[in-house]
Amino acid sequence: MNQKNHGRGAEDLRHWCGLTLPPLLTLGIVVAGWQMLVDLLGLQPYILPGPAHVSEAIATNLDSLIRAVSLTAQAAIAGFLLSFVAGFFIAVLFSQSAWVERSLYPYAIFLQTVPIVAVAPLIVMWIGHGLGGIIAVSFIISLFPIIANTTAGLTSISPPLDDLFALHDASRWQRLWKLQVPHAVPDMLTGARISCGLSVIGAIVGEFFTGYGTTDFGLGYLIIQTNAMTKTPYLFACVLFSTGLGLLFFGVVSTLNRLILRRWAAAR
Amino acid sequence: MERDLAATIEARGVGLTFDAGLEALQEIDLSIDAGSFVSIVGPSGCGKSTFLRLVSGLSHVSTGELTINQLPPIEARQQQRQLSFVLQDATLLGWRRVWNNVALPLELRGVAEADIKTRVEESLQRVGLNQMANLFPHQLSGGMRMRVSIARALITDPGLLLMDEPFGALDEIGRHRLNDELLGLWCDRRWTCLFVTHSVQEAAFLSQRVVVMSAQPGRIRAVHEVDFPYPRPRSLRTDPEFGRLVARISEDLEG
Repeated sequence: MNQKNHGRGAEDLRHWCGLTLPPLLTLGIVVAGWQMLVDLLGLQPYILPGPAHVSEAIATNLDSLIRAVSLTAQAAIAGFLLSFVAGFFIAVLFSQSAWVERSLYPYAIFLQTVPIVAVAPLIVMWIGHGLGGIIAVSFIISLFPIIANTTAGLTSISPPLDDLFALHDASRWQRLWKLQVPHAVPDMLTGARISCGLSVIGAIVGEFFTGYGTTDFGLGYLIIQTNAMTKTPYLFACVLFSTGLGLLFFGVVSTLNRLILRRWAAAR
Repeated sequence: MERDLAATIEARGVGLTFDAGLEALQEIDLSIDAGSFVSIVGPSGCGKSTFLRLVSGLSHVSTGELTINQLPPIEARQQQRQLSFVLQDATLLGWRRVWNNVALPLELRGVAEADIKTRVEESLQRVGLNQMANLFPHQLSGGMRMRVSIARALITDPGLLLMDEPFGALDEIGRHRLNDELLGLWCDRRWTCLFVTHSVQEAAFLSQRVVVMSAQPGRIRAVHEVDFPYPRPRSLRTDPEFGRLVARISEDLEG
């Protein structure tokens, strides 16, 4: 048993290295190439800063960056969780009646196609400046993938399983909780993986238009500020931190995904 | 004691025409006594599975009359709750362990936890799966999955068991073994069993009566009584008398 676990651990490590080494190698090549390009062409840092300038900007502004990332992360997590919960309930509603789905689904697609940058200032105006408005923008942009994927999972039950529940005269409620919802779990998680990245983008877009008070600002605000003041190395640092936040978020949700899906893996 | 629990099936002039105008079943007359084991064989598309769906109340007859214990199928199912159906596919819920899959029918009926526990253990014991209780369906072989499906069907102590080609996907050895086990269980409890298969040998080995159907539209072509006493030994499969019966049924099937 022990040996088996040991073997499993080594295999996991190899699997992990196989997953992480290639992208790290790409990163190394890109960073080196980038620095070489900047040096060769003698570009000014405000046009294209090299990795060295960006690192310097990160070092000098580390405190503000960390503060901004944590604020943005808070808003994104709140927006994501809200969209997950709301998206789930909307999908359940859709799955219970074809009429409800047909009447409302086209409008749910609005959420996906609306130019969020254009409506974000309106949302901030309606909901109010500060955290609430930013969460609302993040929520709206991350809602649709949850609705779409969860609805698909809830309604794609195979006919024999439908028969099984019909033969036991299961109530609508039993069918929902014992068949449709567990069946939809993998799809909900797929939706979550898409949404978690979007929620970070949503939070940053929201922050373009409002801060968290007079002294606290998220990454979005920093991006606008540094752009306006042509502090390009600092802007690059903000973009890197935004991307990092998105990646981290995606990684956490993907890991959860994998842990939960072990059970569902071969189920479908 | 189990006797009075078993169900009778009466079909008189049963026909079924699908919405598209396709006539799936025509003039089916069949009377099945309580506690008997009847198999239906026929080419694919002869409506044998469709007939099971009618008996289960999943679909409804277009013409004629079909009753289970003198009640329309759906009423019999809902009021007497003695119907179990083993579908072609094991239809296990992939996210539930074996134990919880077997418990499902009782869960849906709102049976108390403690009661469920003893009955699941009993049912798993009966099909020899108590060691597998904590596995997930994808960890089981096809034969094991079908056993779980049977354990789930038997947990409600049914009076009528419908089986739709349950062992069709298994290899011959696996099918023989499950046939033997099924007969053992049936001899023990004597529920009424209506078994659909495409294997004449399987039908003859299991049942007291084999109904042969023909296709387009689905009709009863012949009925064969199978007089071998129960319990039926494995050696029956190689018995010349049995072989002749199988040959006669096959002739009807092809003719």
